[in-house]
Amino acid sequence: MTDAHIVLSGVHKSFGAKPVLNGLTLSVPRGHSLVVIGGSGTGKSVMLKCILGILRPEAGSIKVAGEEVTGLRGKARDAYLQHFGMLFQGSALFDSLPVWENVAFGLIQGRNMARGQAREIALEKLGQVGLGEDVAQLYPAELSGGMQKRVGLARAIAADPDVIFFDEPTTGLDPIMADVINNLIVDCVERLGATTISITHDMASARKIADDIAMIHKGEIVWQGPAKKIDRSGNPFVEQFINGRAEGPIHMDVLRP
Amino acid sequence: MNLLAHIGRAALALFEEVGRIALFIKDSLVQGLTPTIFFRQILEQILKIGYFSLPVVGLTAFFTGGALALQIYLGSSRFNAESLVASIVALGITRELGPVLAGLMVAGRVGASIAAELGTMRVTEQIDALVTLATNPFKYLVGPRLVAAVVTLPILVGIGDTIGIMGGYIVGTRSLGFNGYAYIKNTADFLEVGDVTSGLIKAAVFGFIIAAMGCYHGFNSKGGAAGVGRATTNAVVSAAILILASNFALTSLLFSE
Repeated sequence: MTDAHIVLSGVHKSFGAKPVLNGLTLSVPRGHSLVVIGGSGTGKSVMLKCILGILRPEAGSIKVAGEEVTGLRGKARDAYLQHFGMLFQGSALFDSLPVWENVAFGLIQGRNMARGQAREIALEKLGQVGLGEDVAQLYPAELSGGMQKRVGLARAIAADPDVIFFDEPTTGLDPIMADVINNLIVDCVERLGATTISITHDMASARKIADDIAMIHKGEIVWQGPAKKIDRSGNPFVEQFINGRAEGPIHMDVLRP
Repeated sequence: MNLLAHIGRAALALFEEVGRIALFIKDSLVQGLTPTIFFRQILEQILKIGYFSLPVVGLTAFFTGGALALQIYLGSSRFNAESLVASIVALGITRELGPVLAGLMVAGRVGASIAAELGTMRVTEQIDALVTLATNPFKYLVGPRLVAAVVTLPILVGIGDTIGIMGGYIVGTRSLGFNGYAYIKNTADFLEVGDVTSGLIKAAVFGFIIAAMGCYHGFNSKGGAAGVGRATTNAVVSAAILILASNFALTSLLFSE
């Protein structure tokens, strides 16, 4: 039996009267790359934030490496988060810090590493995503979108985490840069042997980086299976989504004239 | 009936907001002011909040001292009490106008800047990124700003008091015909330690209010650029109102016989 690294069972999360996660159940084996697909507002980012403890679910269980993590606080939470890396949709780089300090941030502030040593690691990680020392001194505002994503990726892998989350890693990039980012994600994940969850709308990206794909709709997983079976899922939600059809079981709330 | 419902809703919203602010301040004190302490961040904020506010506080104090001397001279000449100008300028500046005007000017300059900076960090997910890097945002963002504001506001007010009295002195000696030596002697003879320390105590409280309101509104901003704009406005308005209200309460407390 495969060792489940991340397990969510019956997770519920609402904002006011609006339920976003509706009994979400999901399992990711250790070292696997799971891609979660689904429309906007279906709860993908909320799911990641619940696993990270940024949001607290109202009900359900989230276990990482066999330990219940909902409700972790203080130092226990900080220790738990040291196992994670995350690439944010908009990169979320700290604009007051130069690139190398962004990459080294978790090492310096989260792990109290000496700045010199952290800088060496940051430069090495920047090298792994194809960015040289000349970029290290620049500020995020001086970089293109693709370079910001690469810096975000370097920051996500800086502390060699066990788990990495990618929130829409290719959104807003041209197809070539999107493929560069996909290749870097695959390389980094293989090198680290990390368990990953990625969120994307981009099926080319999903096919490239996923071992498994899960489809989320209205806060529930409606299908999960190997990436190579996505085209033969037999699930009407998945078929509508991957073929980009307006007709099907997923209804968009669009006002018609 | 509708009117009552409106009043009820407004009252509930007010209590809800007060409750949220109280919980935020509790978290700021419990999490933000306990180890780990980010000394580099504290020094950076002392520079931003204190040093860079010196020109605006100094100019405000100088012109206020000058205007106060003119007004008191014109008023007191009706009763042949012109000799009181120096002492009333000193008392007015140190007890009331120094701390209140410095508080309001810093609320405008620093409160807005804190809310805008943290608000932008919130909507661009930089605060979430801090969490994923095992860094508590209350310790890294809120604590240093609170400490810096509480430490620097009394220093700013102390400098402002001196400049304000000097403004009164220049107007008094150059325009109103006072003897320089007599003006300074009158100021020194009538001014007591308690007059100055009461103003400095007020300044520390105002510093806490400015940083707490800036952090609270920035931390809870949502909805993109418009949300950051709202947070900035709310931070300045709420800080200004709280400064004036707490000034009344502190005056009653510090000068009750």
